[in-house]
Amino acid sequence: MNRSAALFVALVFIALALVPLVAGPFGIDLVTKIMIYAIYALSLELLVGGTGLVCFGQAAFFGIGAYADVLLSPQSGTPSLLWILPACVLCAAGAALLVGALALRTKGVYFIMVTLAFAQMAYYVAHDTPLGGGSDGIYLSAKPVLGAWLNLGKPVVLHDFTLACQIAVFVFLALVLRSRFGRALAGIRANEQRMRATGFSTYPYKLAAFVLSGAIAGLAGFLFAVKDGFVNPELLGWHLSAAVLIMVLLGGLGHLRGALLGAFTFVLLQEFFQSETIFGAFAKHWHLGFGLSIIAIVALLPRGLVGVPGQLRERLLGRAARSTGKLPDESF
Amino acid sequence: MDVTAFLVQCLNALQYGLLLFLVASGLTLIFGIMGVINLAHGSFYMIGAYLAYVLAPIVGASFGGGFFATLLIGVALSVLLGYVLEWAFFSFLYEREHLQQVLMTYGLILVFEELRSLLVDDDAHGVAAPEWLSGTVPLGGLMTYPVYRLFISGVCLIVAAGMYYVFKHTRLGMMIRAGSTNREMIQSLGIDVTFLYRVVFAAGVALAVLAGMIAAPVSSVYPGMGNSVLILCFVVVVIGGIGSVRGALFAALLVGAVDTIGKVLLPQAAGVLVYVLMALILLWKPEGLFKAG
Repeated sequence: MNRSAALFVALVFIALALVPLVAGPFGIDLVTKIMIYAIYALSLELLVGGTGLVCFGQAAFFGIGAYADVLLSPQSGTPSLLWILPACVLCAAGAALLVGALALRTKGVYFIMVTLAFAQMAYYVAHDTPLGGGSDGIYLSAKPVLGAWLNLGKPVVLHDFTLACQIAVFVFLALVLRSRFGRALAGIRANEQRMRATGFSTYPYKLAAFVLSGAIAGLAGFLFAVKDGFVNPELLGWHLSAAVLIMVLLGGLGHLRGALLGAFTFVLLQEFFQSETIFGAFAKHWHLGFGLSIIAIVALLPRGLVGVPGQLRERLLGRAARSTGKLPDESF
Repeated sequence: MDVTAFLVQCLNALQYGLLLFLVASGLTLIFGIMGVINLAHGSFYMIGAYLAYVLAPIVGASFGGGFFATLLIGVALSVLLGYVLEWAFFSFLYEREHLQQVLMTYGLILVFEELRSLLVDDDAHGVAAPEWLSGTVPLGGLMTYPVYRLFISGVCLIVAAGMYYVFKHTRLGMMIRAGSTNREMIQSLGIDVTFLYRVVFAAGVALAVLAGMIAAPVSSVYPGMGNSVLILCFVVVVIGGIGSVRGALFAALLVGAVDTIGKVLLPQAAGVLVYVLMALILLWKPEGLFKAG
C-alpha cells in the first residue's frame, strides 16, 4: 500500500469515528451496518483477492457467527463479551475448517459451487429445523457487555466497538498479506502449480486462509446479530453470499481498501435509491437504479472503485487508458 | 405409497428434471464456452414465463391465438434479446477478470426484476394451458395425470434430441464442442469466436425462455421465480460437468428425482438433499460426472 492509499484509509477511519458526533440514531445505525459489511467484505477479500479462492458461501460463516451469538446467550442475565465473542468466532472458524477441508479438494468454478452447497445446507438447517427457530428466526435475549463501560446495547458504544473491530481486522489482514504466509497466498493466486513446484504444500495454506476468513466473517455476523438483536435464516442465504462478492468486486479485487470502498458504495447506493425523499413513489423500484449503477460501474471502471485515481491520472497524463482489469502485483 | 402414487411421483420427477435440463443446458453452454458465470440465467426463465403471460392475449388478438404461435414469437424475441445483450453488455468483458462478468450479470438480475415489476406488476398470475392440453389421462384406475405435464416432458425431450443432432451432426455443433474444450485453439484455427459467442448466448437465453414459457401454466408466474431455478441449475451444471450437455441432462434428471422423491419421503430434509447430493458427487468426482473435453 502506498502512502496516499494509507492516508486515504486513515482518513476514512477518522471520519467514521466522528460520525456519532454529527449523525442521529439513523445515521449511527447505518454507519454501523456499513462497517459490519466492511468487515464481512474484508473476510472475503482475503480469499478472493488474496488467495484467488472464490467462495460463494461466505454467508454461512456470517450467519453461523450471528446464530451462535443468539443461541449461546443465556436466557437470563447478560453475557460477557469476553467469552461470547471468542465463542462465536470459534464456531464460525470451526465451520470453516470443516467446509474448507472438504471444499478445497475442488478447484475453480467447482469450488464456487461446493461452497455454495455447504452454505445452502446451513441455510436449510436453520430454516427447516427447530434448532434455529425456523424461518421466523429468533430474538437475541441480551446484548453482551464488558464491565460497566462497554455495553453493546447502546448504539454509540456498538458503533465505536464495530469501528475498533474494523480497524483491527484491516490492520491484521494488511500485516498477514505482507507476511511470508500472505506472500505464499499471493503465489497460490498467481500460479498454484508453480508454488507447488517450488516446494510449498499449498493445501494447508489455503485451508488456513479459509478458516481465517470464516472467523472474520463470523465476527461480522456476531456484530450484526448484536446490532439487530434478531437473526433469521436469510443471514445464511445465498443472496448475502452474492452481495458480499459484489461488494468486493465493486471495490476492486486485490486491495483491502477495495473491500471497504465496495461495502460503503453497495450500502450507500442501496440507501440512495431507496430514499423516498429523492425518488418519491419511484423509490420502491430502487433495484432498477441500483442495478443500472452496478452495470455502469462494471462498464466504466475496469479496476473497480480502487482504480479510479489511477484511471484519472492516466486520462490526465494522456496515456492510453489501460483497461485490462488484471490484478496488480501487490496484493493489498 | 402404492404403485400408482409412486408412478405419479416418478412422472413428476421426470417432468421436473427435464424442465431443469432445458434451463440448465443453456447455462452450461454459456458457462462452458464463454466462461461466463451467468447469474441472470434465472431471470431469462422468469422473462419466459412472463412472456407466456403477456404474449398470449396479444397473439390471441392479432393472429387469432395459437399456443405454438405464442411459443414461436417468444423464442424469436428471446434470441434477439440474447444477441443484443451479448453485444451490449458482455462483448467488452472477455479480456477482463472473469469475476467482472458475475458483477455484470448481478446488475442485470436487478434490472430485469425491476423492469418486470414496472411493465407487468408484482402479483402472481395464472397462465391457462391451451384447451386441447388441459385434460387428464387415467392412470391405474383411481388416479389421473394432467396431459400438460406430459406435454412439457415431450417438448423437453424433443429439444434435447434437437440439441443432440445440432451438436453431433452440424458444423456449428462442432465449433461449439471444440469451443468448450479449448477456446484459444479454435480461435487460432480461424473461427469467428465473437459470432460464436453471440450465437451461443442467444441460444442459451432462448432455451431458458422456452423453459419458462412452457412451465408457466404449471408453475404460474410470480415475482422472484427465477431465483430458486437459478441456484438449482447451477447445481445441475456442476454435477453434470461444466460445458457438457449430456452431463446436464443426466444431472437434471438426478436432481429432479432426488428433489421430488425427497419431498415425498423426507419432507423435513427435502431442501437440503440436493445440496448434499452435489457435495457428495463433487467430493467423489471434483470435476463433475461428465466433464467436457
